[in-house]
Amino acid sequence: MKLTNKDILGIKELSVDEINLILDTAASFIEVSTREIKKVPTLRGKTVVNLFFEASTRTRTSFEIAGKRLSADTINISATTSSVVKGETLIDTARNLEAMNPDAIVIRHSAAGAPHMLARMVKQSIINAGDGAHEHPTQALLDMMTIKEKKGTVSGLKVAIVGDIAHSRVARSNIYGLTKMGSHVIVAGPAMMIPRDIARMGVTVYNNLAEAIKDVDIIMMLRIQLERQQQKIFPSLREYSSYFCLNRQNIKLAKEDVLVMHPGPINRGIEISPDIADGPYSIILDQVTNGVAVRMALLYLLIGGQR
Amino acid sequence: MKLLLTGGRIIDPSQGLDANLDILIENGKIAEIGKNVHKPKTDSRKSAAREINIVDISGMIAVPGLIDMHTHLREPGFEYKETIQTGSEAGAAGGFTSLACMPNTNPVNDTRSVTEYIKRNAASCNLVNVYPIAAVSMESEGTSLTEFMDLKDAGAVAFSDDGKPVTNSALMRRALEYASSLGMSIISHCEDTCLSHGGSMNEGFVSTELGLQGIPNIAEDAIVARDIIIAEYTGALLHIAHVSTAGAVRLIRNAKARGLRLTAETAPHYFTLTDEALREFDTCAKVNPPLRTLEDVNAVREGLRDGTIDVIASDHAPHASTDKEVEFEYASFGITGLETSLALSLRLVDDGILTLGQLILGMTANPARIVNIPKGTLKTGVDADITVIDPNRNWTVDRDRLRSKGKNTPFHGQAMKGKAIMTIMGGEIKYRDLP
Repeated sequence: MKLTNKDILGIKELSVDEINLILDTAASFIEVSTREIKKVPTLRGKTVVNLFFEASTRTRTSFEIAGKRLSADTINISATTSSVVKGETLIDTARNLEAMNPDAIVIRHSAAGAPHMLARMVKQSIINAGDGAHEHPTQALLDMMTIKEKKGTVSGLKVAIVGDIAHSRVARSNIYGLTKMGSHVIVAGPAMMIPRDIARMGVTVYNNLAEAIKDVDIIMMLRIQLERQQQKIFPSLREYSSYFCLNRQNIKLAKEDVLVMHPGPINRGIEISPDIADGPYSIILDQVTNGVAVRMALLYLLIGGQR
Repeated sequence: MKLLLTGGRIIDPSQGLDANLDILIENGKIAEIGKNVHKPKTDSRKSAAREINIVDISGMIAVPGLIDMHTHLREPGFEYKETIQTGSEAGAAGGFTSLACMPNTNPVNDTRSVTEYIKRNAASCNLVNVYPIAAVSMESEGTSLTEFMDLKDAGAVAFSDDGKPVTNSALMRRALEYASSLGMSIISHCEDTCLSHGGSMNEGFVSTELGLQGIPNIAEDAIVARDIIIAEYTGALLHIAHVSTAGAVRLIRNAKARGLRLTAETAPHYFTLTDEALREFDTCAKVNPPLRTLEDVNAVREGLRDGTIDVIASDHAPHASTDKEVEFEYASFGITGLETSLALSLRLVDDGILTLGQLILGMTANPARIVNIPKGTLKTGVDADITVIDPNRNWTVDRDRLRSKGKNTPFHGQAMKGKAIMTIMGGEIKYRDLP
């Protein structure tokens, strides 16, 4: 079993078999990160470029560590230190990188579709590390891996995703992934954070937290982006956190063994109360740990000679 | 020099003509249409052949020269996207003998000197008739009116702030009244910019999946409704540009049923493509108003069928690769259209939406009436502007072979049927693509 495409642009394009392959491969890489010498020679001599046009700590570090633990040479380029500030286009940046002959390019960009444009232009494998509000496939894969690790399966579960669905690439990738794997996805948020026709993606929509999390197995809280308030998309953080913050009271509506996830970085006290983020339901840090394994798996499957 | 087109099917909706006849052109004018109009004397056949150019167009269709009342020729100011020369070449190759060009140039066509510049430049290109549309407001900024009377004298045929809708309703009212008093239309680009702000494609299921901010139908519908209300109150001449939504079609249909002097146009992409064309983030399919849903496409088609929409205009919006080969949301809006417009429109005939006569009406006499130009007819004595169409010519769109500088077509590689094979302006053959 191999991946069909040279790139990982989104979960939408992946088959159930491909998702399972990635999750199984990732599970086998978990052990590497627990060794005293956390390194295998699998990708020795390979070069991975992390091209980040948008701020990121977690994802960029995770990709960098993943590459390094597989012995790949990883190079980080962030928009502020690259030629982008000099007005070079994405296409020119891509062509220049291509000319240096790396094996994979990991890209994060605020514009939806930027990785797709890159993938059409260069021969290297492109991994989408988040494009606008479109997809964040590695996040959804690490989320599914974590769910599978804790629940033993990714199918037949009820999963609530709560927050600004309209602007969330994490929500979209998880909707594709979880529905493909046979789980039922609920999305919830105030009406202006629910994008048009999203029910056609196969999800149930609620506009309040209580209905959304009733009897669910998993709650994924999304980060509220503070700049959205300046754009007048919602009235106030005060109101939002009063009605949509996951806390010790409302979490009782969910199943007793509910798990709480968050793609990070969290706004403590806004979408999630500190005692929940740090409490027994939370698997937020397991997500981060698995993120490295999932990214190792993708690099291995794409450029480790498996294709 | 005389020109004789023989053996073709002549369709001229302006005089209810659809028959196999000859057309004789003399001194740049239509001299005669009829059967066997030229009978050379047997003894002087050689000398006759010298003074008359006889072209056999058997199996072809000859129509009044096509008129595109909504194009962007980009000159002055954006010559890297298109010039009047290349736009004229593209027009002639697409079968057009007359183009009305929008004022969103740099400087904006808001003064006599810009209108005159365009006319003069077009005349020296001498490939198609170019009719400038002047801006409604200075710099199309929506604050103060341009000099409509002076612009009309300079040669402007209508007024529009295309691309930058007139958001101020009071200004729109004054513009409609003023233009109408001169017998001219305001061409309204209907878009509520508060509703469309930040959007780069139609709002709906596809934009939700792609994570792109949408432009909802109501951004168009709301301003169509507003403009109809103002036009009804003032009794002015209003023309709605590039209709793309089912709601706009419904509003225009209702207004016409109430007897308003209202006209409307749509562009081929709005009856051909849906927002599914954006699935791969193809910036060549990024256009404003955006490609909508199948329901809208069907409504636009029905609007054309029942006469709610009077005109097919290309909204030819050429862009350079540097405007389009960027991230989707940074890419410019617009589709290059002059050279694909006719073939895409002919599909409506194949699909049984329009008769050939209705289609030609919407590309000749109707736009001529709206922009008040003495074109769109083959009546004896008028300028001999004629388009000869091979309805069965199969060809493939190749962006690299377009005459336009704008290669931004979402139809690249698509098979087309039907093509202009000869474009005649003022009796002169400006384009020829004979097999």
